Amino acid sequence: MSATDWNDRICTLGPFEPAPGDGFIVCRCVEITQGDVRRAVHDGMFTLHEVRRLLRCGMGLCQGQICGRLVRGIVAKELGVSPTALEEVTARAPMRPVEMRVFGSEEAGA
Amino acid sequence: MNNTADVIIIGAGVIGSATAYYLTRKGHSVIVLEKSPFLGDGGSSRNGGGVRQSGRDPRELPLAMYGVKHLWPGLSEELGMDVEYCQSGNLRLGKTEEHLAILRGLTDRAAACGLGVSMIDAAQARTICPYLSEEVIGASWCPTDGHANPMLVTLAYYRKARANGARFITGQRVQAIQKVRGQARRVVCGDETFEGDTIVLAAGYGSRAIAAGLGIDLPMNTLLMEVLVTEEQPPMFSQMLGTAMADFYGHQSKHGSFVFGGSSGFEAHNRDDGRPVNHSITAPCICRGVMGYFPALAGTKIVRTWAGWLDEMADHIPAIGPVAEVPGLLVGCGFSGHGFGIAPAVGTVLADLAAGDTPPLEVSAFRYDRFKAKL
Ligand SMILES: Cc1cc2nc3c(=O)[nH]c(=O)nc-3n(C[C@H](O)[C@H](O)[C@H](O)COP(=O)(O)OP(=O)(O)OC[C@H]3O[C@@H](n4cnc5c(N)ncnc54)[C@H](O)[C@@H]3O)c2cc1C
Repeated sequence: MSATDWNDRICTLGPFEPAPGDGFIVCRCVEITQGDVRRAVHDGMFTLHEVRRLLRCGMGLCQGQICGRLVRGIVAKELGVSPTALEEVTARAPMRPVEMRVFGSEEAGA
Repeated sequence: MNNTADVIIIGAGVIGSATAYYLTRKGHSVIVLEKSPFLGDGGSSRNGGGVRQSGRDPRELPLAMYGVKHLWPGLSEELGMDVEYCQSGNLRLGKTEEHLAILRGLTDRAAACGLGVSMIDAAQARTICPYLSEEVIGASWCPTDGHANPMLVTLAYYRKARANGARFITGQRVQAIQKVRGQARRVVCGDETFEGDTIVLAAGYGSRAIAAGLGIDLPMNTLLMEVLVTEEQPPMFSQMLGTAMADFYGHQSKHGSFVFGGSSGFEAHNRDDGRPVNHSITAPCICRGVMGYFPALAGTKIVRTWAGWLDEMADHIPAIGPVAEVPGLLVGCGFSGHGFGIAPAVGTVLADLAAGDTPPLEVSAFRYDRFKAKL
């Protein structure tokens, strides 16, 4: 049997069934649970980009440094693929939160 | 797998996805082909979320006003997802007499088209938004403007269209549209071919190369624009904000982050290595713009920045509608940096045209062949 082509969004995982652990918070910055992530995949969000854009997990203060691997694992498990088969997500500047007055300054050492 | 549908849509941005949804609502079969592995990865997930009528080209105003009146208010309910639509007005700010003259011009032109927009003084502006810099001396005010979350709107259209039976395929780059007996019918992607009675070309800038294959030129360029997002803050104000000089624009989102967009002035000359990446000078420039109008935000931290391409048409408004030389082809592209706010209305119009129904608005101002040489 060939692997499912998740690019064809006609593929379905069937209806969402609640599972133990769904209440577990995976992204603490924006309080997203394992169940939220699983439900998003069942709703057709078959890539990490789409899951993140839908739920904002990984886009809060820590920028995914804490939840990134967990979310990847949950999405991969739902799709039945290896976590490494999922795409890399984009790291965004600035690498840690920076105040506007600092980011906006043109002065050396400010 | 059946590669034939009533309508084939090229591009799964907010325009393609909205069109797909409105077509499925009418009971039509739809296939949407998207070159990116991710849905809505173009401008549609990268924009500032403005749902504005003020500041628009008069030709675009009817679409903007129709959407705000008839489509945006019920969109979350209709799509079964809170898309964070917030209608609490747009303030466009000025600090000098020259700024106010610009704002008055914009306001007069929009008011002449029937939009409720007016000039207000500094005290009125501060009543609406108490955090304005002391330097602000006046503003234009459109109380029916607003904002929404672009990532959610695009994915909500996709999710609902998919639930209604639309087939979306990502990682599927369209190379050509081919005619069959004089009618646009076949859509070619590598060794896969799709067929539809109507083809909707909604591939942003990518539409230009595809249309060129049919001998149609859509005169547009790309332009990179940038956005930044702050850490979450307690609710401060809910309006959409902009300035006479376009120093920045933005709003506070539902979860508390501020989303601000802007430019450095070097957009036409930015390096382009094929990916939409930030330029180091732009976000700091946006920060200076924001602090100049909202000193209270100087200590707020930036957590993310990103960049996205606009598909800038020669006269800054899109091409929407049928192509006379190619029966069966509809275009919807070239939104020139303001296609998000009008996406529900444009999707409605394109779905009506594709289905052979009469759209609620006339779109001949957006003809693809309106471009004439200067002499
Ligand atoms: C930084 C920024 C800020 C903005 N701010 C606002 C705002 O505040 N308010 C507002 O109204 N608008 C705003 N816009 C504009 C708005 O985002 C766009 O006008 C709108 O998203 C256009 O939607 P679209 O579906 O036409 O384009 P896109 O989202 O770009 O979708 C086109 C799709 O076609 C796909 N495609 C391209 N070529 C092919 C091919 N050969 N085969 C298959 N698929 C293909 C692309 O991958 C893409 O997904 C902003 C844009 C940017 C970049």
